[in-house]
Amino acid sequence: MVTIKIISEKNIWDLLETIVDPEVPVLNIVDLGIVRKVDMHDGKISIIITPTYTGCPAMDVIKLDMYTKLLENGITNFEINTILSPAWTTDWMSKAGKKKLKKYGIAPPPAQQSICTPDAFQKEEAVQCPHCNSYRTILISRFGSTACKALYKCEDCREPFEYFKCH
Amino acid sequence: MLAVHQSRINYVLHLADNALIIGHRNSEWCGHGPVLEQDIAITNIALDLIGQARNFYQYAAELIGNNTTEDTLAYLRDEREFKNCLLAEQPNSDWAITILRQFFFSTYQYFFYQKLQYSNDVQLSAIAEKALKEVTYHLRWSSEWAIRLGDGTEDSHQRMIKAIDNLWMFTGELFLAVNYEKIGVNEGYGVDISLIKNDWMKKVTDAFEEATLALPPDDVWMQRGGKEGIHSEYLGHILAEMQYLQRAYPGAQW
Ligand SMILES: [Zn+2]
Repeated sequence: MVTIKIISEKNIWDLLETIVDPEVPVLNIVDLGIVRKVDMHDGKISIIITPTYTGCPAMDVIKLDMYTKLLENGITNFEINTILSPAWTTDWMSKAGKKKLKKYGIAPPPAQQSICTPDAFQKEEAVQCPHCNSYRTILISRFGSTACKALYKCEDCREPFEYFKCH
Repeated sequence: MLAVHQSRINYVLHLADNALIIGHRNSEWCGHGPVLEQDIAITNIALDLIGQARNFYQYAAELIGNNTTEDTLAYLRDEREFKNCLLAEQPNSDWAITILRQFFFSTYQYFFYQKLQYSNDVQLSAIAEKALKEVTYHLRWSSEWAIRLGDGTEDSHQRMIKAIDNLWMFTGELFLAVNYEKIGVNEGYGVDISLIKNDWMKKVTDAFEEATLALPPDDVWMQRGGKEGIHSEYLGHILAEMQYLQRAYPGAQW
């Protein structure tokens, strides 16, 4: 006799919370806001994810990690679908996620989405240094080591740091 | 019905090829940028564009069926099957030409995706909504650089003038619809590109003014053909390099 473990949506979310972004390993994929939905219908599980950036190379790894994690836990009847709309925004990052980022040394995106316009030489949003909390920081480059980050420098503690830019 | 379906495929491939080819061009700067931060910027932009291309190719592959994949579309089609605008394939040459090419193209993509968001094709609309956020950053970056170089030193100013001479003739094609684009507009999934020309012109005129650069006269001969597979000599070279591995070792993976 095989014992059938009842799997709840909560179990799935808990498992997904153990999967981290390979490029920012302090954040799990739920903190990051890329898991949009977990649905259960007649024992079949459907998970919907959305990429942060169109070309984010971490998405393939994340998807593979999700398959592995679910299969390791004896869950086989599932599918993972990627949707693009509505487009991911830094507003979907959890509060806990933002705290973890700061502790890790990456300035988190602002609590409220600042307006992104294409105007040249516009004033940048004030970004707080994750090391010394100073707002005397300057943008070095709007493009950083990964698609989601910009490069900054702190004028007070002189440390360079990365900023998870508003999107 | 079949012709209508083929038009949609051509339309999606045109958008994919645009993004892939200019993305590939930008990726050629990897490790060669004038300074580290800008090397990272141009390759980030390449990554975004190749990501857009992947989304369009995946959708095109779905429309085509027959085991077509994003990879077979990118790596196994020949020059005459590529439908990118001529602007996208122009060589990097120096930094000024790369910057101006990106500024012209990002301005076009910015207004284009704004409209494509309202396509009645849900997949096209979703890709546009997503890509628009990234293109906004590309446009900011490339316009700032165009202004910085134009209004910079005598040398950078001269290089921008040369870049305009080199590239202006490829901008007309951006707003001249070919058959599959006209069908797309009629069917409600495509963008009427003649309607974004004024927005594009205004953005470019404003930036040139700030950059102390003169707009070319109205009667410059405009090149065209890329969208219908008639390319400049440069596309063949890009494909030779980009497709080499899959041609020499079909199906190779790593
Ligand atoms: Zn500091």
